[in-house]
This record gives sequence, structure tokens and C-alpha cells, in this order.
Amino acid sequence: MSEDPSAMPLQLTVNGEVRDLRAAPWVTLLDLLRETLQLTGSKKGCDHGQCGACTVLVDGRRVNSCLILALTRDGSEVTTIEGLAKDGALHPLQQAFIEHDALQCGYCTPGQICSAAGLLSEGQARCREEVRELMSGNLCRCGAYTHIVEAIETVRLSGAEAAA
Amino acid sequence: MNRFSYIRAETLDEALSAIALPGSALLAGGTNLVDLMKYDVAKPARLVDISRLPLRGIEALDDGGLRLGALAPNADTAYDARVQERAPLLASAILAGASAQLRNVATTGGNLLQRTRCAYFYDPCTPCNKREPGSGCPAIGGVNRMHAILGASEACIAVHPSDMCVALAALDARVNVQGPGGVRVIPIADFHRLPGEQPQIDSTLLAGEIITSVDVPADPFGPHHSYLKLRDRLSYAFALVSVAAALRLEDGIIAQARVALGGVAHKPWRDQEAEALLVGLPPGREAFDQAARAILAPAVGHGGNDFKIELARRAVVRALSQAAAGAPQSQSDKRVR
Amino acid sequence: MADGDMTIGKPISRIDGSKKVAGRALYAAEYDAPGLLHAAVVSSRIAKGKITAIDAIEALALPGVIAVLTHENRPRVAAFRYAYKDTVGPPGGPFKPLHDGKIRFADQPVAVVVGETLEAARDGAALVRITYEEEAFETDLDAAKAASFRPRLPRLGVKPAPKPRGDFDAAFAAAPIKIAAAYETAAQHHNAMELFATTVVWEGEDKITVYDKTQGSQNVQLYLKQALGFKLKNVRVVNAFVGGAFGSGLRPAHSAFLATLAAKHLKRSVRLVLTRAQMFSITYRADTRQEIALACDAEGRLLAVRHACVAATSRNEDQQETIVNWAGLAYACDNAAFDYQLARVDTPTPGDMRAPGAAVGVHVLECAMDELAYAAGIDPLDLRLRNWVEHDQNDDLPLTSKAQKACYAQAAERFGWSERSFGPRTMRDGHELIGWGVAGGVWDAFVAPVPTRARVTWRRDGRLEVAAAASDIGTGTYTILAQIAAEAFGVSVERVEVRLGDSTLPFNPVEGGSWMAASTGAAVAKACDKLKAALVKTARKQFKLRGKSALSVARGAVIGEALPGGAVSLNEILAAVGQDIAATGTNLPDLAGQRKHSSYVHSAVFAEVRVDEELGVIRVKRIVSAIAAGRILNPKTAGSQIIGGMVMGIGQALHEEAQTDHRFGKVMNHSFQDYHVPANADVGDIEVIFVQEHDPDVSSLGVKGVGEIGLVGVAPAIANAVFHATGKRIRSTPITIDKLLD
Repeated sequence: MSEDPSAMPLQLTVNGEVRDLRAAPWVTLLDLLRETLQLTGSKKGCDHGQCGACTVLVDGRRVNSCLILALTRDGSEVTTIEGLAKDGALHPLQQAFIEHDALQCGYCTPGQICSAAGLLSEGQARCREEVRELMSGNLCRCGAYTHIVEAIETVRLSGAEAAA
Repeated sequence: MNRFSYIRAETLDEALSAIALPGSALLAGGTNLVDLMKYDVAKPARLVDISRLPLRGIEALDDGGLRLGALAPNADTAYDARVQERAPLLASAILAGASAQLRNVATTGGNLLQRTRCAYFYDPCTPCNKREPGSGCPAIGGVNRMHAILGASEACIAVHPSDMCVALAALDARVNVQGPGGVRVIPIADFHRLPGEQPQIDSTLLAGEIITSVDVPADPFGPHHSYLKLRDRLSYAFALVSVAAALRLEDGIIAQARVALGGVAHKPWRDQEAEALLVGLPPGREAFDQAARAILAPAVGHGGNDFKIELARRAVVRALSQAAAGAPQSQSDKRVR
Repeated sequence: MADGDMTIGKPISRIDGSKKVAGRALYAAEYDAPGLLHAAVVSSRIAKGKITAIDAIEALALPGVIAVLTHENRPRVAAFRYAYKDTVGPPGGPFKPLHDGKIRFADQPVAVVVGETLEAARDGAALVRITYEEEAFETDLDAAKAASFRPRLPRLGVKPAPKPRGDFDAAFAAAPIKIAAAYETAAQHHNAMELFATTVVWEGEDKITVYDKTQGSQNVQLYLKQALGFKLKNVRVVNAFVGGAFGSGLRPAHSAFLATLAAKHLKRSVRLVLTRAQMFSITYRADTRQEIALACDAEGRLLAVRHACVAATSRNEDQQETIVNWAGLAYACDNAAFDYQLARVDTPTPGDMRAPGAAVGVHVLECAMDELAYAAGIDPLDLRLRNWVEHDQNDDLPLTSKAQKACYAQAAERFGWSERSFGPRTMRDGHELIGWGVAGGVWDAFVAPVPTRARVTWRRDGRLEVAAAASDIGTGTYTILAQIAAEAFGVSVERVEVRLGDSTLPFNPVEGGSWMAASTGAAVAKACDKLKAALVKTARKQFKLRGKSALSVARGAVIGEALPGGAVSLNEILAAVGQDIAATGTNLPDLAGQRKHSSYVHSAVFAEVRVDEELGVIRVKRIVSAIAAGRILNPKTAGSQIIGGMVMGIGQALHEEAQTDHRFGKVMNHSFQDYHVPANADVGDIEVIFVQEHDPDVSSLGVKGVGEIGLVGVAPAIANAVFHATGKRIRSTPITIDKLLD
């Protein structure tokens, strides 16, 4: 593919790896991840910030990557679902999602898990109801919500996220 | 998206000179602007990225008030201990809106300037006076469940979608702006405008001006406040009706009352005459109902949203009851108190 | 899990879970190819009329845009509608994308923009200027139903309205207690999380591999072959992972056609992804207008039942669902009448969406039973039990099983139904009125109507491979097929590798109607039996065993006293043979059995809602659903299927509604922002109970399928709970705040 002459340089640290990239101003972070970096774990479900499937962590905060123009995050650290597992071991949330069957088709799952990781580091959820509210930005059409909450609660109450 | 140029402003002065060029748009969090660009509703010739300007701070002012940097993310504001202590109504309203992800990115200034979520405005296949002045308002006579019941015009019945701004309106916030002519302060009540003949203009911010911060005056209401949001699903949805209510009680009598409504008009809706009806009365259903009826007296429905008149009336009564009881609505426990 | 353990019936975690949680499961838009181009669709601005001019100059001038395909310049495609028929479509002429300049529904695809990048295609699509000449159209079912009609040709696999029995009119007129009511159900959109997407990899020489979001790889393969003139063997369709579909992927989507058209035109690989808004113009669950009349005697025995429905369909096809039949099936009644009609609107053809027909038909029936219970002063659960029937009165056939009484009993017990007070508005907690509602659910226990195949291979690497062109759209198919094979060979599930979602694998019909577990599962079981026999035969040869010395396969070995050490592992046997050994199994529909009996899956659903008396805010506090679905292969994944159906049922009851502006003929809430599906906060406590049900006649594995039944009965249980809470009978879904304000 020929280089887009409108592309401008940007540097991102993606899943711990420094990447010197170029992107046109109208390229979103989500599309950069999926199309340029082939990190297709971050999903496109609406492309308008209305479903949460594209959730990634930027500088440790969960965000909708579909609404972020990639250039605006020059210099940032981005963690996607591909970067959550460490040394081949699944993140405690990933493990809990499998155990609690907190997924069905799996399409919203990476966004749910990245969102849950953000939720745990925010530390604002102290009970199930708060988890439910603060996870409501991630739609799941398969309807796995109750299992998603169980998976997150298991990790939250075990304090396992602190070690992760 | 149209093709546009992108520049990043490192200082406020750079931003001010960049925005002076026609066709420029400011990009802060981008949660609304990028969305509008993807729908080909907004087509700026150039984007001025102001997200790195040093306007993220939240400051506790000596007079007991707060200064919220224009670029403070909504989540930072809502979870800031000083905000939770000094303006809990504002913190609650922010948490009633959008999602955790969006609140991590959306900013104070962007929230003030977010545009309506009217489906016709968002759909370039239909007419819309806000998008294409003079083309018509199909929401009138169309799908208008979410639309305005107060202050609308024949040109536009869209509503302002913000939750945060409803609380800011109730708290008499002031918007600090800087422009080519220097700084000025816009009272929140004057910041957003009604559609009238020019629904394409949402606010009184002038071309070339940038919001730098929002001041929230000292809040004398203590625990007597509530933000009550009613919507078609229990989270992650815009308001059918929302109410920010605050009361100052002295010896069991209402000394001061604030009621702002969201989801009902082109701007957060305040009715100071109706608020004044409450002063001097003991808090209670009778007083609240009287005020609610006064607020909704001029309301007009458009078919699909007729029910919002009655819903808003009841929501005002309930929010005031919650405020009087010192039992603000929880944003995670969905049971209405 | 150790080799030799029983695996069927165990709550095994889904075997594709680790890929999905790590972001390593690839969906249709996630396959790369050298020189991949991107395509975007331009949608019609009008609902009906014709294109008068297309101006693509500006679009083509955008850097990176390389082609704009329209009906004017597209390559030659099949002209006749027959070529566009797929294996599951209804009677009529399918929509032919980019066929001509006629516009038949809003957001119809009218052009495809192909670019070097996703952004060039996306942004080029906004620059194609098309002018139209509009024609009058109708999208309002209430207006269209004046010209309703009975479908002339039945749809294969869908039962027409039953013949009347007894004398409804006389029985209804004479009955002491009766209700008659009109109900409305809104059009719903599937809105699976994954966008419709197709990646066509151009392999050269008119040969393509198509990664598509579909519920049936071979259905799409056949469609692309016919409509676009490929040789069947040159089209391979892959759908290894599908990000939900719920029926929207049963028929080939126009996106698959358009992506392949572009690839064929340019002889290059192309990826096309629809926008969320464009997905509202693929298909939808038809809106309906229904009338129901029930009558009973003082003891609650049903004397007369009548159920009539008018459902939307398109101008070009007669979509049909089984909507009114349930009223003649669920309860004992000798006087019954039915009517099922369609009305044409200018929309895409409606299609099946999770529990098609039953979702809206049983909803109305079960709400009406609640109405009758209150008219008769009988507990709603009791009324259902008093009209118990274990015979299919519609077809006059016995049922293979119906453990629904156990469903009612166990779910009622768990829910605490006996604590309920009968009268509406009699239970409250502060501002909130409490409502408890019940409904029964029923859905077909289908076995696929065509032969279903699977291949099982014992590989030299010591792994057992299961392969079938079936689809796992989140249903757990990978996992249950692994369990079936593991159990057959007495090995752990970890040793089984399942390959699905590829048209080159053994034949399977589309994944729909909850038939996959029973049908593909049986094919796998049969393949395993054949493979075991082949392995035993190989062992006999290898060890030169004669006569009838007994050999069997267990724990990954051939076992028999005549063998050295009494057992030889399959790996050793294969090592000696020097190749993998495979067998293919075929499951045939039991057509003779189908004439002898009927099979259904059943449920009992109990819901508690809290309704703010003044504000009309509804919260679903909890739902208990008990399911009788024969043998449950995996209670963990099956439980998730049920829960998923229940959540969609909450959406049906409270949220989901296509809001069409009939002046534009267009769904205005075509986004996740405005078309509400339940969010996490909307879903209260959910409990699923699987009741014991032994049914050897329904399918060879005793399996009935669980994909649809979880949804059926949920919306009426909620609606009935809303009535119990408020005393308001809301006869249209969704039940929104405005309907509860006085």
C-alpha cells in the first residue's frame, strides 16, 4: 500500500513496544490498531462510541478508541487486549471471563475485559451495582452481563488485579 | 469524514490564532466532534488539537467555589474529592451521563459545547435546520420522543443532551472564555441559547473564543440536592427528562431553591420565577407540585414527546423531594429514591 | 479433566474461550491479504423510486479511491431472481444488489466505493452524489394492513396457520368468562455486536476465499456461485468465528455480494464492512398486529381460542413465521380458530430473529392467558396448569416429551410464587410497586431438515479432530461437539480439536432454529462410531486377530483381551498404519418419526419487576427460568444461551423498537445510541434451571436445542409482572415509561 501523503508521524507505545508510525489525521486509533498494526483484538461494533467494543487503555485509562484520532495520542501508551496477558499467562480477568462463561460470541469480550481492567484500576466500584453501572458502556448482545459481573467481582474481591 | 488539516496547539495563544482562521474547529476530547465528523455532519477544514493545553486542572477557590479547567476530563471532575465535597450535585450529574469510557475523555468545555443528539441532525439524508439552515425540521411531525417541550421554535425542537450542564445551570456556574478581544465571563444561563430562527447556533460563544474554565460558586445546599435522570434504559442513554434540584433550608423553611431540567429544551432549563414560588414555604409535596406546574406551564408537546410534560412535572416533584430529604439519587442504584 | 471421564453433561468452559478473551479469535473483517482493498457502501437517501443520475467524480478524485461501482458500471451478474435464492429464504424474489436503478427501501445499497485504505473508501462513499426520482411508498404497517393477505406459498420449514377445530364462534359466544384484545409488537433489529463484514481474498483465476459474517458458510458459497458466476469449487467461505447474528446471518447479506462483486471487478482482495446504521437495512423482526380471544368456564378450563396476526413483509418476498399456532398447541382447547396474514411495506424483507414467531406469538398468548386469569379470578400459574395438554392438538400427534410441569414447579418454588398476592397493586416497597408475573414458553425442537455431516479424524499427532461446516455464532457449538467426540473415545476434551465455519468441511445447513446441537451433534456421534469401528478393524489387522474376540475403544485405546497387555493406544495403531484415520457421519432427519409425533422444548418464566408508581421507571429485579430441553450437553454453555435469550427478552419487553419516520420510510433510531438494547445496568438477577427431561425420540442424542427457548416467555412474564404491579395492561411492546403514565 502506498504511503498516504497526508500521513504525519506519531509515536505510540503499544503493549509495551515503542512504535514509530505515520497516520493521516482522519485515522482513528481503533483503525490504526486494527488495520495498520493488525491488532484486531480491539473490535468495531458501532464506530461511534455507543457500544464499547473498541475499549482500550490509553495511558492506563479506558477509552473508546473509535472516537480518538490517532494523531492526538502521539506519545501515549496504549494497552489492548493483546497486551493484557503477561509472559504467556492470561490476565486474571481473562481467566475469570473463561471460568464464568462471561462471553458467547466473543466480539464484545476484548472491550469488556479492557473496560473491566480500567474499572478495577479506577477503584470506584465497590459493589455489584456499581460494577453494573460502570460496565454499562460495554454492550453485550449475547446477554452475558450477569456472568461478566461475576467474573469481575471474582477478580475485584480477590485483589488479583493488583498483582497483574 | 472530509479531508482536513491537523495542527496541535501547544499554548492558548497558538490555539487562539489558529481558531481565528475560517473553517477551523477545536478538538479537545473529541467524543462528540469526531462522532459528528464520522457522520459527515461536521466538516471542519482544519482541526486545532487543544487537548494538550494546560487547562486540565481543577482548583478549589478561596471563596468555597471551584474552578474546573476546560480540559478536565469529566471523570476527573466527578471523582475529584473537592468536587464531591463542594458540588456533589455536579459530580452526580456527570456520573449520570454517557459511559465510564466517554467520561474519561470528554472534557468540561466539550460537554458545554456538545451538540444535540437529534436523529435528524445526525442523518444527512434528512432535512435539518440545525445542520442545513432553511431545510426544515422533520422532528416536528416525526420521531420526536426525545425532543423539546420547552422553549422550542418552529425551526427546531432539538434538546441539549448534557447532564453536566444541567447541574452547572442549577449551580449558577460561570463560563470563563478567552477570545481575540480578551477574557469574558458568561453566566451559564446565558451560555446556551434557544433555537429561535437560528437553531444552527447553540451557544453565545463567539467565533474565535475558547472556553478556558468553568467556575462553580460555593454551594450552600449541603446534602439537599439531587440529580434525577429518567431515560429509556437504565444506563448509557440520554435523558428523556432530567432534573437537578437543590434546596437551602433554614429552620425547616425553603430559603433558596434551584431547579434545572435536562432533556426538555435546547438548553438546560431554569425558571427562576418558579423557583421563587418555593421560597418561604415548608418543603413538601404541595409546594413542589406548585413549582413543577409553574415550570411546565408553558410546555408544548409534539406528539411523540407529549408524555414528557407530565413526566417532567413528576420528576421535578420527586427530585425536590429527594433534595429536601437530603437523599440524593444514586447513579448506580437504579431504584428512584 | 482426565482421559476416560464422562464429558457430556459437564459444565466445561468453552474451548474457544482462551482465543476470544485474548483477542486471537479472528472475525470476518480481521483477515489480511496482500494488496487488500477496502470497500464502503453508499446507501439510498430515499425509500422508493429510481436513480436518475450518479456523479462519482468527486469520490474518484479523493486520493486513494480507485473505483465506484454502481448498477451502471458493475460487471455482469446473474439476471434472474432464481440465482439469488438461498437455502432458507422465503417465497418470492430476493433483493438483487446493484441490479438496477430502482430503489425499493430506505438505505438500500446503491454504490460501492473501493479504496486503497479504509478511510479512502469510507470518505469516498460520502462524496458520491446521486439524484433520485421519488415514488410513493408505505412503511406503516397500520396503513398497509388494510391490504393484508394470506400467504399463497408456504415457507419451507414454517408451519402455516393450523386448521380450525370445533366451533370457536359458538363456544366463545356461550362462554361465561372471556377476553378479547388487540396487541402490537414492534419491529426489532438483531444488532449483533459484530458489524456485517466480508473479506474476499482473490486467489487468482476466478478463485476466492470469502471470510464472511454468516450463519451458514455453504449457503453463502452457493449464493455467490449462482449470483456472481463462480464455480462452486472456486468459492470457499469461512466463518470460523461469528460475532453474534441471532438470525441476521441466516440468509446471505448484500455485503457479501457487494464485496465479492468488487473483488471480481478489480481482481483483487477486498474487505467491506457495513456501518451500524446500514445494518438496519439488511433485515429485521417483522412488526405485528395481533388479535387474541380466549374464553373459559368458571373452573378456568379453556373453551375457545382464537389468535390472528398480521405481520409485515416486503414487496418482493413473503417472510413467514409461526406466530398463531402456539395458541392451539400450548393449552387444551377443542374450539380454536387461527388466522395469519401478511401486509406489504417498502422495507427490506423481514427475517428470522431469535425464536422467530414464538417471540411475538407466545408473547401475546401468554399475556392473554394472564388477562383471562384475572377475568376468571384464578391464579395465573394455576390457570396454565388447569389447561394442561400433552398432545399436539394442531397436528393431532403425541408429544415426545413435555416436562413443563416440572419447569413450573421448580421455577415457582425457587421464585417464591406462593408468596404472591393475587390482586394488582397489592405489593409495594416505598415508591415502588412490585409485580410478579409468569409465562410459559414453547419452541420447536427441530432437527435439521436436511442431512447433516461431520468428519472425525484420529490424527497421528494424538489428537482427535472434529470437522463440520457448521457455525458457532456464540452458541458453544465448538465445545459441545468436542464433548461428544471426547466422550465417544473416552478422552479429555483437551485432546479434541474442532474445526467449524468453513465451506470445505462436511455439509451442514445454516446455524439456526436451535437444531445444531441435535443434528450436527448426532452426525459427530455417528462419525465417532464409524471411526471407532475403523480403528478396531485396523487393530484386528495389525495384530492379526481372527474370530470374534471382542474389541472396543475407550480412553484413547483399543481394548480387548486378545491384544498385547489388553489395550493398545490409538496412537500406536496409527503409528503403525502411518496415516490419520477418518470417518464421516451423517445425521438424517427422522421423517417417519416426524409423522408419528411432535417435539417441542418448553420453559416456565417468573419475573419480578419494580415500577416506580409515579415515574413509570421499570426495573427487572429478577427472573427465574426453568427449561425442559431434553438432554443438556453442557449446562455452562447452555445456561449462557438461556441467559442470553432472557436478556434479549428484557429488550423485547422494555427497550427494543425500530422507530420509523413514515414520511421518509426510514428507521430513524438506526444506531446503538437510539435503538436501545439492554445494558449491564438493565439486567437484574437471572437464574436458570434445567429440569430433567428424558426424550430418546426427539433426536438420537436426546437433545432439543436451547438457542431460542431462553427468549420465549420472558417478555410476557415481564409484561404480566408490570400488570400485577400497576394494574395496567400494556398491550404493545416495548413497555416504555410513557405507556405507564396516566
